[in-house]
Amino acid sequence: MDKKLITEDGKRLDGRRFDELRPIKFQIGVLKNADGSAYVEWGRTKILVGVFGPRESHPKHLAMPDRCLIRARYHMAPFSVEDRKSPAPSRREIELSKVIREALEPAIFVELFPRTTIDIFAEVLQADGSTRCAAISTAALALADAGVPMRDLVSSVAVAKVDGTLVLDVMDMEDKLGDSDMPLAMMPSRNQITLIQMDGLLTHEEFVKSIELAKKGCMEVYAKQREALDSHFRVAGKEEV
Amino acid sequence: MTNQIIPAVKRRQIIELAETGKRMDGRSLTDLRKVEIKTNVVEKAEGSATVKFGDTYVIAGVKFEIGEPFPDTPNEGVMSVSAEFVPLASPGFETGPPDENAIELARVVDRGLRESKLLDTSKLCLIPGKKVWIAWVDIFILDHCGNLIDASSLASLCALLTSKLPKAEVVGDEVKVLDEFVPVPLRAIPINVTLAKIGDKLFVDPSLEEEEVMDCRLSVAFALDDQKQEKICAMQKGGVGTLSFEELLRAVEIAKVKSQELRKLLPSGEK
Repeated sequence: MDKKLITEDGKRLDGRRFDELRPIKFQIGVLKNADGSAYVEWGRTKILVGVFGPRESHPKHLAMPDRCLIRARYHMAPFSVEDRKSPAPSRREIELSKVIREALEPAIFVELFPRTTIDIFAEVLQADGSTRCAAISTAALALADAGVPMRDLVSSVAVAKVDGTLVLDVMDMEDKLGDSDMPLAMMPSRNQITLIQMDGLLTHEEFVKSIELAKKGCMEVYAKQREALDSHFRVAGKEEV
Repeated sequence: MTNQIIPAVKRRQIIELAETGKRMDGRSLTDLRKVEIKTNVVEKAEGSATVKFGDTYVIAGVKFEIGEPFPDTPNEGVMSVSAEFVPLASPGFETGPPDENAIELARVVDRGLRESKLLDTSKLCLIPGKKVWIAWVDIFILDHCGNLIDASSLASLCALLTSKLPKAEVVGDEVKVLDEFVPVPLRAIPINVTLAKIGDKLFVDPSLEEEEVMDCRLSVAFALDDQKQEKICAMQKGGVGTLSFEELLRAVEIAKVKSQELRKLLPSGEK
């Protein structure tokens, strides 16, 4: 617990400034079978997302007459963490699956596909903090890759308080030893929040600052998502010509 | 749930009424329903409480058991919160293992209790690395009429506040539990407040019919620091709608004021 998370020159354990993201590399269209897919390396966090649908609802009674059903599964590989994790879904994974679905669903035009289902599967291959944020941001790209009509992308990042300082894009060590953690997801061009969670102690002032920092981070993630879409579909477009 | 068709008519009615500052059950947008707390309702539990928010009815019980600590915190006791949506509470609840709603509820309640550092788990250690007290907090939903998170948080809190810890003597590697009790080591007390967003309005302590048509909800837990200042200790958005940044800040402000109101209702001697 005595480990310093911020060094004397104001840098973090991996050399970042307080408001700096880790290197983020998105790849789109990485799976053959899925209708849409994306992969991210977000610092040492590695996540693969596959999207199926809109497709026929199964079991059938789940189908809704006026809209598409969205399902999401967040799942961690047993080898993704230091001590092997049982592959059975934990309570944490079940809760995260729910909030991830609720973070993505506002962006999807569900009313266009009545009686169908869209399944979003996020597999965490290596976890090093902010996995739900990385999963959401990557899933938004996989949905776009599947051709699902969306209001906007969803971009997400977490802000933590470590050693009394608010820091952007929490890595594992900062999450474990820090005082607070606040993941936030938003539709950047609509300025709407689709996910917010928080634990730890924050004053009102710190909370307001956290939100501002998270918003800045989401905008940067958004730029990287757009860049990834642009380069993927520009190359793909050329092949078709 | 039994009926997935959104009652669009009711939603419009609720929004129109909210324009005049009123709600279907006669409350203003920021009114809580009548809150009733009863403690020590189950003698065999080390702590218990029932809480009503209007017709919403929840019971929470605390049992202490000796068990092993987590490997990364060998000197600390353990707290575990679970929730059961028992079938008598709603036509929509079915028997079976907890679904995502029950799991989310338990984890949101847990986060409030844990992050406020309510239980001083360092004082629940018996033999470091081997034996510690485990506080099992179990929530049963008895009647689901909306806002289960706040009712369950308050019931769990009151059960813990009024619980008694068995006295234990450690002799070598043996723990002997005595027929005496000591107060549970408690610190900052968390109070959770949930608001529903419907249209562009925020509704404190949403009823079931409001929850059925809401865009989303936001739950915020507050704890007092040493200077008696409110700090935010946990937060959760639920539901498929969105919040603007302005709405988020407004909701947190309202929740803070309402948490002060709920804090006054705690069993005597607590604050």
